[in-house]
Amino acid sequence: MRLTPDARAALTRAGFSRREFLKDSGAFVVGFSGFSGFSGAGLADELGLAPGVMSPILAQPPRAADGQLDSWIAVGADGIVTAYTGKCELGQGMQTAQIQLIAEELGIPVGRVRLIQCDTSMTPDQGTTSGSQSHPTNFNERNLARAGASAREALVRLAAARLGVAADQLTVADGVVSVKQDASKKVTYGDLVGGRKFSVPMSPKAPRRPAREWTVLGTSVPRVDMPAMVTGELEYVHNVRVPGMLHGAVVRPPEVGATLVGVDERSVLALPGVVKVVVRKNFLGVVAEKPWQAMQAASTLKATWAPGVGLPGQASFYDYLRSQPSRDSLVVNSGDVDQTLRGGVTTMKATYFHPYQMHGSMGSSCAVADVKSGSATIWSSSQAVFGLRSAAATMLGLKTEDVRVVFARGSGCYGINGADTVSYDAALLSQAVGRPVRVQLSRRDEMAWENYGFAYVIDQRVGLDARGTIVAWDHESWSPTLGGRPGSNTPGNVVTGMLAGFQPAAFAPRTPAPEPAGGFNNGSNAAPSYVRGRVDGAAGGTGTIASERVLTHTIRSPFFTGPLRSPSRLQNTFAHESFMDEIAARVKADPVAYRLRHLSDPRLKDVVSAAATAAKWQPRPSPRPNLSRSGVASGRGIACVLYEGDNGYCALVAEVDVDQSTGRISVTRFVASQDCGPISTPDGMKNQIEGGALQGMSRALGEEVTWDGTKVTSVDWRTYRSLTLGADVPTIESVLIDRRDAEAMGAGETTITLVAAAIGNAIFDATGARIRQVPFTPDRVKAAIAARASV
Amino acid sequence: MSIELKVNGRSHTVDVDPATPLLYVLSDDLGVRGPKFGCGLGQCGACTVILRGRAIRSCVTPVSSAANGDITTLEGLGTAEKPHPIQRAFIDEQAAQCGFCLNGVILTAKAFLDQNPNATDAEIRQAMSGVLCRCFAHVRMFRAIRRYAARLSPGKNVGPPALIPDVCSTERAV
Ligand code: FES
Ligand code: FES
Repeated sequence: MRLTPDARAALTRAGFSRREFLKDSGAFVVGFSGFSGFSGAGLADELGLAPGVMSPILAQPPRAADGQLDSWIAVGADGIVTAYTGKCELGQGMQTAQIQLIAEELGIPVGRVRLIQCDTSMTPDQGTTSGSQSHPTNFNERNLARAGASAREALVRLAAARLGVAADQLTVADGVVSVKQDASKKVTYGDLVGGRKFSVPMSPKAPRRPAREWTVLGTSVPRVDMPAMVTGELEYVHNVRVPGMLHGAVVRPPEVGATLVGVDERSVLALPGVVKVVVRKNFLGVVAEKPWQAMQAASTLKATWAPGVGLPGQASFYDYLRSQPSRDSLVVNSGDVDQTLRGGVTTMKATYFHPYQMHGSMGSSCAVADVKSGSATIWSSSQAVFGLRSAAATMLGLKTEDVRVVFARGSGCYGINGADTVSYDAALLSQAVGRPVRVQLSRRDEMAWENYGFAYVIDQRVGLDARGTIVAWDHESWSPTLGGRPGSNTPGNVVTGMLAGFQPAAFAPRTPAPEPAGGFNNGSNAAPSYVRGRVDGAAGGTGTIASERVLTHTIRSPFFTGPLRSPSRLQNTFAHESFMDEIAARVKADPVAYRLRHLSDPRLKDVVSAAATAAKWQPRPSPRPNLSRSGVASGRGIACVLYEGDNGYCALVAEVDVDQSTGRISVTRFVASQDCGPISTPDGMKNQIEGGALQGMSRALGEEVTWDGTKVTSVDWRTYRSLTLGADVPTIESVLIDRRDAEAMGAGETTITLVAAAIGNAIFDATGARIRQVPFTPDRVKAAIAARASV
Repeated sequence: MSIELKVNGRSHTVDVDPATPLLYVLSDDLGVRGPKFGCGLGQCGACTVILRGRAIRSCVTPVSSAANGDITTLEGLGTAEKPHPIQRAFIDEQAAQCGFCLNGVILTAKAFLDQNPNATDAEIRQAMSGVLCRCFAHVRMFRAIRRYAARLSPGKNVGPPALIPDVCSTERAV
């Protein structure tokens, strides 16, 4: 019996190997419904089974009601445990970590856990897999962790009844419940519930496995998907193929804001394979039999566009941001900052600049959609299958419940890349031709129209008392925004939706900002770590400075924007941690000691000390003594953050060599220390630290979206520079602080948040030149060196 | 036009426009998953295949120029159950995040090292200079590549300080 690649894919998608499938069709009912690409009969033929055997399993099982254990966990007759999660694998290792969680809570080996990720017909709605929230959401008291604990409790209760002993007389190992005093009395999970439902609610009191007794969590379980990835067997959304599928290509406007005047369909209809030209308002695409044909047709198609809206000049963009109508917010305001800054203190101020940057996924985004007259199925690597479902329903004119979105693996996204927009592209084209359509964006369309990470301009000001202690901190930022995640009803938040006639979320200017209320929320790290964060009478910050004001201005962006790994947190932290370094230098204090002096949070202090110790940090002020003003200079810098104010402590030391004649920076070493509570997978965390450090380095040293008067000009890997595998990369050392009694926090965005500041501080230490604008291109470094104060 | 392709030891006849880039024929006519569309411009490596012993970029290679040549893709090296030594090295080092770049990384490194088993770290780096990984798993990937290099050339003194000094990491229980 031979399976086609697609049939195998379906099995893999459902979490089964071929052998398991053939051996155990019981558990198959659950798993295989993740696949709807083949008719039952066709697949049955392929598998050598009678069609009748197959058809029932292709019906979607209803999702159990929220709050029911069955919506999270099913146990097959063979003891295989299937868990349903709304948090998906993006390359960050979340599939393996969640499998570990279930294995730990249920006392079974990881090999006996299957994970179904993000399918609107099968898994709980857990919003978006983003924001370093998968650990806080699924590994603490609620959701998947609670489901694991509830399932174990329910299984033990069933076993107690079956074996006729009290539950506290039972012990669980390897999926077998046995009597503590008499190991011969036992029953397996499969025997207890195999194939049937639990039909019980989640148990709010079921005990979690204590972290100190972990045997599976807390260990470096190899990524379960790694063998398939390295051998090319893993199915990405790019590999999804469904019968009757056509291929689409889109034609984006030549300028930002350009509108479609006319299309000459005849310019392509005679080309081989072309099926249809599709127009919906300003959305334009071509459907063909094969992808190459679709792309050829898209580039040949004659369309007339009215000119775009014109773009503000890039050279003066940061000034432009300050001059626009804005929506203002106060994160914290002690009310006395102006007074403190006037009151006989020494003041310092500086301004920092951060450009738009892009996700720039390795693979351009891809999706497959099958839109029928009353229903639709979309295969997508979106981080938000439920949001995509309702927003796509809005766009297609369907009822939300008639749309199914099935997550399929994508190229690493780091936030909202093109995965959502291309899903709409595929859906619109499929609706127009009444057949399944696959679309993969061109590199240019991916890069020219994605939702970029925010540009920022940030003014910082502090007051220092006679002893050099900071007594007031004043932060004011300007940042452009447009669109973002489409949420449940705003398809216009990404380019396809807007082209098809939907508006992005409305921008409502608001000045002045209302006073902060509802507690201190530092979710965007707009406030530095060194302030008290006093809102409504309670101090929620990590520092000691009492006179504090953090004012933000949001401006309407000419380009789409959206979350890019450490959105706003990175830009704000670059400004805070660079400025903190400037202040320490002014008062001739050691940058580590000066930070510790202004921090109150013991865990944040701990990571700072741990990184300094591991880096063998020599206490002294920056810049280094005996600076040489030419040649290659070496220096070190540090930065720290409590990510999002409550989601991961991290400190990072960078060591750099600066070639003072060319302005080239070579980072030679990173030392990161991190405390995210109990560590699920130490090697997974290291992988995130290493990737975050180097991605941060690439962003700090070279990445910047560019544009001319009408359009984006950074549209490929020549015009948007990413560090290649040939680049010099530093050693990366990580100190993982495993706090087993604390809550689980996110670990995916902590390190990257610190990289630009740590490198900038190291450049200053090496040369005495302060660089306040990302990226640190050789020209900017040379300019900073030329402008440095005489030392 | 009818074209003969030999992919991972199996012969196929495809009827396509000879100007079609090889990548599309592999992905869409033959259902091969290893080579990926990353840029379509020859800039990233995601579409790499080994043709007549050399790593080439199938997104910018017309299918006609691959006719009758031996093509090896990532899945032609080994399987999840029986990975090729270079694939084994990547598993051992857990050298990936999303994995989308792996095809280009592994095949470029393999083709280069197989022909230059005694390459220095600087030469390996040079060979990899047109390959991207946007998850930036660089450190692990280089460890995996060096592991494979050491296997090809057991006599070669591969350490210590080399391309990527070993990463040190400490875990502290609190
Ligand atoms: S896809 Fe061929 S080099 Fe990028
Ligand atoms: S592992 Fe994601 S691009 Fe390399």
